[in-house]
Amino acid sequence: MNHFETEITELKADFTTLWELVAKQLRNALRALANNDRALSQTILEEENRVNALELKIERNCENIIALYNPVAIDLRFILAMIKMNSNLERAGDIATRIAKFVLKADDAFFNELINKTHALSMFEESCELMDDALDAFKTSDAQKARAIFKRDEYINDLNKTALNAVVESIKNNPQEIEKYLKMMSLLRRIEKSGDISKAIAEEIIFFLEAKVLRHKQYKNEQ
Amino acid sequence: MVEKESLIAENVNVFYGDNHVIKNVSIVMPENSITAFIGPSGCGKSTFLRLYNRMNDYIEGFRKDGSIIFNGKEIYSKDIQLEELRKKIGMVFQKPNPFPKTVYENIVYGLRIQGVKDKALLDEVVESTLKKVFLWGEVKDQLKKSAFALSGGQQQRLCIARTLAVEPSILLMDEPTSALDPISTAKLEELVFELKKTLTVVIVTHNMQQAARISDKTAFFYMGELKEFSPTKQMFTNPKEEITQNYITGRFG
Repeated sequence: MNHFETEITELKADFTTLWELVAKQLRNALRALANNDRALSQTILEEENRVNALELKIERNCENIIALYNPVAIDLRFILAMIKMNSNLERAGDIATRIAKFVLKADDAFFNELINKTHALSMFEESCELMDDALDAFKTSDAQKARAIFKRDEYINDLNKTALNAVVESIKNNPQEIEKYLKMMSLLRRIEKSGDISKAIAEEIIFFLEAKVLRHKQYKNEQ
Repeated sequence: MVEKESLIAENVNVFYGDNHVIKNVSIVMPENSITAFIGPSGCGKSTFLRLYNRMNDYIEGFRKDGSIIFNGKEIYSKDIQLEELRKKIGMVFQKPNPFPKTVYENIVYGLRIQGVKDKALLDEVVESTLKKVFLWGEVKDQLKKSAFALSGGQQQRLCIARTLAVEPSILLMDEPTSALDPISTAKLEELVFELKKTLTVVIVTHNMQQAARISDKTAFFYMGELKEFSPTKQMFTNPKEEITQNYITGRFG
């Protein structure tokens, strides 16, 4: 293995560590939300520092590789994709933190009912699976697996629409609790956003594997 | 219809004795553009470049088939005058090779051979060609000095000026910056970039970043074959052939 390949291998290893950490943070956020687990929420907040540190390390290493090795072709696409995926993962980590903060401040009885009514946990479970699938597509360099993520994200978007409609209905029936409902909407949007992040990462996987730019394209499942 | 000043190679094979060094290469040089030839040592890129102004003719055992058409004429046909061909298709080499003469005499050498004696015209050509290669400001007070007194980078630009003085339409460059420092290299790259406004440039380079920086199209040669000929931007972001990708990413060669 030459020097450049060693650098890329180390970068991949750090990136996989970050990804697994963020996936774990999201899973923990799901559990904390499901069980009103404040201790677990606290753990998520503490782990956030590790996510941020890894993100900065990966970004610095990408910059160094560009400066020192002038990567081209698939190597260049890989580094460009890595920079974007890295930033996306950090945002997914932020979502886990925000949800942990939500759990720490939540009025349990009120939100438990609303979480059931909106099927927010199912949506979150789906979103966590999407993150796992994207990681699998990355580890195995499988563009087809990455493509499958687009369809599943659409399903999450549909779940989100239904959930938001349920909240709107609740607001009509109980307008004096508008503030809490808005917090719930914000929570739902974050869960939906974590699905979007997996989709954005899948686009980058396809970009570095196949040199195809799928952002802003309507029919991502087409080859 | 053949376009003016076009340079077209079709099914070209080259042999040195029994050694088959260029294998069925066809390539059309786009006009007013820079084309880079890349590939590992011994891939045939310099041999192919030298075909264009028949510099391989002197190598023992050299034999070629296929055609190389310049301005609608086969350059290997018997009625082609080599001096005329090389006026139109100039060449710059790896190491600067000024003649052991003054800066001025180096520039006007080709014109003097053609019989030009008009001092005013020669002066004008010296000034205009030295300006074209961004050397006038540096050497205008040293025109009567030996060309060997110039730095390596200046000598190389002088050699380009000498080639330009006879108004070629194609400029062949065989690793023209490999003996130059980074500053001289940058100047020469800027110069090549300017030259393509009036010339077609073909450059052999081992420096892939140089090919990426300055050329419009890149040809990748491997073991005597032209493996890929693509727009440079595509070649260095998404090459068509896996072997090209393996080479430019340093996985072999």
